[in-house]
Amino acid sequence: MTETLPMWADALATALLVTGAAFALIGSIGLARLSDFYKRLHGPSKATTLGVGCVLLASALVAAVSGKPSLHEVLITVFLFLTAPVSAYLLVQLALRHAPGLKPPLPATRPMEQGVTYPQAADADR
Amino acid sequence: MMLAAVLPWVLGALILALALAAWRLLRGPGLPDRILALDTLYINTLALLVTLGLTFGHSHYFEVALLIGLLGFIGTVVLAKFLLRGDITE
Repeated sequence: MTETLPMWADALATALLVTGAAFALIGSIGLARLSDFYKRLHGPSKATTLGVGCVLLASALVAAVSGKPSLHEVLITVFLFLTAPVSAYLLVQLALRHAPGLKPPLPATRPMEQGVTYPQAADADR
Repeated sequence: MMLAAVLPWVLGALILALALAAWRLLRGPGLPDRILALDTLYINTLALLVTLGLTFGHSHYFEVALLIGLLGFIGTVVLAKFLLRGDITE
């Protein structure tokens, strides 16, 4: 199947495939290595989805150039790009409700003092 | 050809990604982590199936990948909804 490709299609499909596999691997490394749930959610929901999209584009390109274009890859890509944000949203909702202890603490605040203005506000007044 | 030379490395990277997601699935401290790991697992499986389809030149792999995409999304939504509401059918 891959022997009859012209040079440009071969190079483009190779680049897309390597990029896609690298993104999928980086997303999974993020899932495995990051420290809390809200950080871990970034890897799969962004990087892995983009990586799989690149792999599917490479496959569609090879199929189209070798003379049998099909709609399957485009179908999978569209479906995946529609559903990944929905599942990420549901998982965040689930984490907020189900495990509120996972929520990172707010940054520490100082009490407001009388007569002290913040530098940015002073700059804005000038 | 470049594509044939790079295909084993792509397969290896995707299998490593699957192994990392499976490690998080087994270890994950909470239920949201495990569901997220399952989600990543099926998305990586989809990429692996498409790459296998490129390697062997069959078109059956795409139908399997499409089915896994549909059922994996439904599985994630059902698990999240069940844990959110305690009920699937609403």
